[in-house]
Order: sequence, then structure tokens, then C-alpha cells
Amino acid sequence: MAELVTPAERRRLFTLLSPAYLWLLVAVFLPLSAMLFFSFLTDMPQDAPDWGVTLGNYAEFLTNPTYSTLLAKSLKLAVTVTFFCVLIGYPCALVLAKSIKGRSREALFLMVILPFWSNSLVRIFSWAIVLRGNGVLERAINFVLPFDVRLNLMFTTDAVVIGLVHSYLPYVILTLYLALQAVDDDLIDAARSMGASKLTILRRILLPLSLPGLLAGAVLVFVPVVGSFMEPRILGGRMGTYYGTVIEDQFVAVYNWPLGAALSFILLAVVIVILAAASPVLKRAQT
Amino acid sequence: MSRVDVANVTKKFGQAVALDDVSITFEDGGFFALLGPSGSGKTTLLRTIAGFYFPEAGTIRIGEQNVETVPVEKRDIGMMFQNYALFPNMSVADNVGFGLRVRKTPAAEEKRRIAEALELVQLGAMANRKPSQLSGGQRQRVALARAIVTNPRVLLLDEPLSALDKTLRVDMQIELKRIQREIGITTIFVTHDQEEALTLSDRIGILKAGRIVQAGPPREVYDRPIDAFAAGFLGEANWLPEAALSGLSLPGSPGGRRFATRPEMLSISAEAPGEGRNAVKGRLQQRVFAGAMATCLVDVAGQQWKLVARDRDIPELPGGGEVWLSWDPADTLAVPA
Repeated sequence: MAELVTPAERRRLFTLLSPAYLWLLVAVFLPLSAMLFFSFLTDMPQDAPDWGVTLGNYAEFLTNPTYSTLLAKSLKLAVTVTFFCVLIGYPCALVLAKSIKGRSREALFLMVILPFWSNSLVRIFSWAIVLRGNGVLERAINFVLPFDVRLNLMFTTDAVVIGLVHSYLPYVILTLYLALQAVDDDLIDAARSMGASKLTILRRILLPLSLPGLLAGAVLVFVPVVGSFMEPRILGGRMGTYYGTVIEDQFVAVYNWPLGAALSFILLAVVIVILAAASPVLKRAQT
Repeated sequence: MSRVDVANVTKKFGQAVALDDVSITFEDGGFFALLGPSGSGKTTLLRTIAGFYFPEAGTIRIGEQNVETVPVEKRDIGMMFQNYALFPNMSVADNVGFGLRVRKTPAAEEKRRIAEALELVQLGAMANRKPSQLSGGQRQRVALARAIVTNPRVLLLDEPLSALDKTLRVDMQIELKRIQREIGITTIFVTHDQEEALTLSDRIGILKAGRIVQAGPPREVYDRPIDAFAAGFLGEANWLPEAALSGLSLPGSPGGRRFATRPEMLSISAEAPGEGRNAVKGRLQQRVFAGAMATCLVDVAGQQWKLVARDRDIPELPGGGEVWLSWDPADTLAVPA
């Protein structure tokens, strides 16, 4: 950043930045502070006149193993979903960025982005129709195959993973597309002129150079998936109890906002710790 | 080191014909410049020889091997790109060693050959730097070291110096020529810079619209251009207007031919020159001083002629005044109209 010399420049910068900071204050900082405050209460002030301040909500997480078990389950889900998003998204982005040009690229892009434009609830229920017993997928498979196939995907962890991967795949494809697009085609040509096979080019040039985009995409998927609740609830059924659904329950069903808030902040802390632990790797990838 | 034979090669992109029945031979150990305006097919020819494109018709031989269907990674060539194309994630040594590692060269030999190549381009001390820490000229040298370290059969250069500034470019030209002589590699060089082509190469091929117009040693192409395009593209040409031809001593009859002179062949004077010289009359438009040299722009029967001479050899002449431009009849260029 350029050095600010005069007070006038400082003032101008402050004026220009203030709308953004004001927005952050109102839309992010205030609600978060309120939630942080709630997480230390025994009851919501409007419900119980005898509310007090406590650490009990955080203690609850530590004493009741259910929460930490569910958090671990959610983290595992996030790892799985991120893994599949990258596994499917990388080849897609590679093909979009390096193999396809012109109108067909635009058409494919549209198909990648389309899930973004549809309502997420609609999207999830569509998956329910596809995945349920005797649903679209099973019928299609049985139509082709001579023997009877029962997938029983609905209300399983697999269904949750499929729904989440579909929802978050565009993030990975778009960030990777940008990263791969930035790799000069001459680099690939140069590697080929030196005798490198496609696999060598992928391993030694494309992967290292697109690693920042890959990690950015992975973070974009990982963080929201840890706290996801809609997909697990609808596609997971009884299997779909995750950390995110428990938090949601505290707010909409049990109406225990303080506990919900506390659980949310524990999740936030865990995510920050994970990202901080990964940051040396992230930093190395950027140079 | 090998010679490269291109025979009857045609390459199309959709409807557009990029190379139209091109035949040309690149001698073993020679330094060949492909020169032409943009869109003339010079880069397409280079990339077809490299193996990035496969021709629709014709054959390409490198040494004794027909390669027109061999993909680039199996052609054993070295190539240098316009924008260096160094791998930004690797050190200088790893960039240079890339081709060796792909060929599974033993580690000790790899190390020795990287050091040799970097020594050749005088960058031995930079082995551990990243490309982003190098200057433009240094990057260029790394790209050259990387292209020759595998001892390829042919070195292909795609406008490698065009990204450098003028003084650096001249240094690199000398350097490139030295290294090419030292290792004796067959080199094909694409450029749109005629001066560069003349300085570096021992043979020049001029391309236009996917065809080779003329190929030969630089002096021959410069002194005896085969047509008006070659005369105007390599060097500059002052075309003799039809009306001025009578009374001049010309090589051959004027029927169906056009005549020209080179700017540096002309002398300028206020009076008509003596016997034995061709001369035309014109009006001095401008005299541009450029240090040692000077350029005069002269209006000859509505055409602008250019004269280039040492400034001290040009007499004081009034601007807008009538002048004579004269030259040795032997220096007249003649091309089919």
C-alpha cells in the first residue's frame, strides 16, 4: 500500500472507506456481537426476566459428548465434500480453461453456474426426487440394466454428500478456472517442446501454478459445509443429524438461542483454528 | 544437429490457408531467419516444424526422420518463446533442467549439464533464483539455456527478442549468434524485424500470405530481390516512376519490369551529376538529422524517396529546393512488375 503523507489524504481515504466499514459494522459486526452476547446468557432477556450471565452454554459443549461427536462428524463430512468437489471440479475447470474455446465454453459455463441461480431448497428437493427409492435414478438404472438394482441412497450420508457436492461444486470450478486461465499457454507449449507428457505438465506446471486457486476453492467449500443443515436434514433424514442441524434446532425448534449461539461460536473458533493451522501451506502456495 | 526439409506443406485453419504449398530446406548448422509481415504464416511454419500443428499435406523431415505426424513432445526440438515462457514456480536451475528430468537423465549428469548450459549463457551465478527475480535479458538467457540443454536436433525461436528494449536486443543478438556458432545447432528464427534477420542469419526466407517469396543469403536477397514485395520488405526501396525511366541506364529493358534503388545508394546534390550516373530530379522535403547518419525525404514526381547517408556527406541544401538524386547504375534493382 502506498504511504499516506498528508492528513488530507488520510481524511480522503477515511471518507472513501467509511461506507464499507459502516456496512460491515451494521451487517456483520453488530449481529455477531449480539450473538456473542447471547451465548453467555442463561435465557433470552425477552423470555425470562430472571436472565443472567453464564459460561454454562460453553460448558455444555464440553460436558455433553454429543456435540463434539457431531462436530467431528460435520468436519468429516466437510472433508469428504471438499475432496469430491476438487476431484470433480479440477478436471472440469481444466477442460473449460484450456481445451474449450468460444461459444461451447459459454454454454458449459452456464451449466456450471446454473445451480447458483436456482433456489437451494428446490435444488435439494430435486435431488430427493432423483435419489429416493424407485426414484428417477433407480428407474433409469433399472431401465438400462437387466437385473434389479436397489440403490437406497435417500436418507444416507451418501445422499447428503451428493447434494452438498452439487451445491458447492461451482465455487471450486470457478476459482480453479480463474487460476488455470491465468497460466500462460506458452508455458504448456514450452513444456511440450521439452518432451513433457500431459501428466508431467499437469503435475509439474498446472497443479503447482493453480494451487492457490485450488486452496481458495477448497476453503470456500469446507467452511460452509461444516455448518450446513439444510442438505443433511432433507437428504439425510435420520442419518442427517449434524452439528449444523443441532444449531438450527436450538434456534427454531428448542428455542434455546444462547446454546445455539455458543455452539455457533465454537464452530467459528474451530474453523479459524483449522484455517490458521493450514495458513503456512496456503502462504507457501502463493509464492 | 540435423537439417530440416519442409516439402509441399499446406496448413489450413478452417477456411483460412496459413501455409500454401511451402517447400524450404534448412541446412545443418545454419541460422535461418523467417521474415514476413504478421499473418504471413511465419509463426505457423515454425510451429508446424515444432509439431504444434500437423500439416494437411506435405512432408517435414528432421535429419533422416519424417516427423510430420510426430507430436511436439517426441520431436526432440528446442524452442524459445516470445514471452520467455519460464516456469514461474521453478528456480532457474529447475527451469533449465526440466527437459533433462523429463528424459530421466541421471542426477549427476543433469546437474553437470544445467551448470554447463547456464555457463554458456553466462548465468552460472543465478541458478537458484526464481524467474521473477531476473531482468528481461537474463530471463531470455535462461530460456535459451533451457532450449539447448537437451541437445535438440533443431532450435526454433519465435520472435525471442521482441520483448527486449533496443540496446539489450542488440546485445542478445550478438550473444545468440555466438552461442549458435559455438554449439553449431540448426536454428530457425521467426522475426518481423528485418534488421535482426540481416544481422543474425546466414539465410533468410521472406514469407507473404503463406508462401515463401524468396529464400537465400541475406546479401543476395537484399541486393537481388525477386519481386517488389521482397524489395520493399527487406530494406527500403525507392521506386522509379515510369516517366523518369528514359535516359537512365537500366539493367535490361523496361518492359514489364519495375526499378528501384536503396536509400543508402543515393547521393544528393544541387547540380546535375556527371556522366556515368543515373539521376532523377526532385524537391527536398525534409532533412532529418540523426547523429552520425541523416535522412533526406525527397519528392520525386509525386513519390516520396528516401536517402540515407552520413550527415557529413550531405551538402547544405535549401529546404523545398530542387535537388538531384543520383546513383551508380549497377545499384539499380529490377523486379518483375
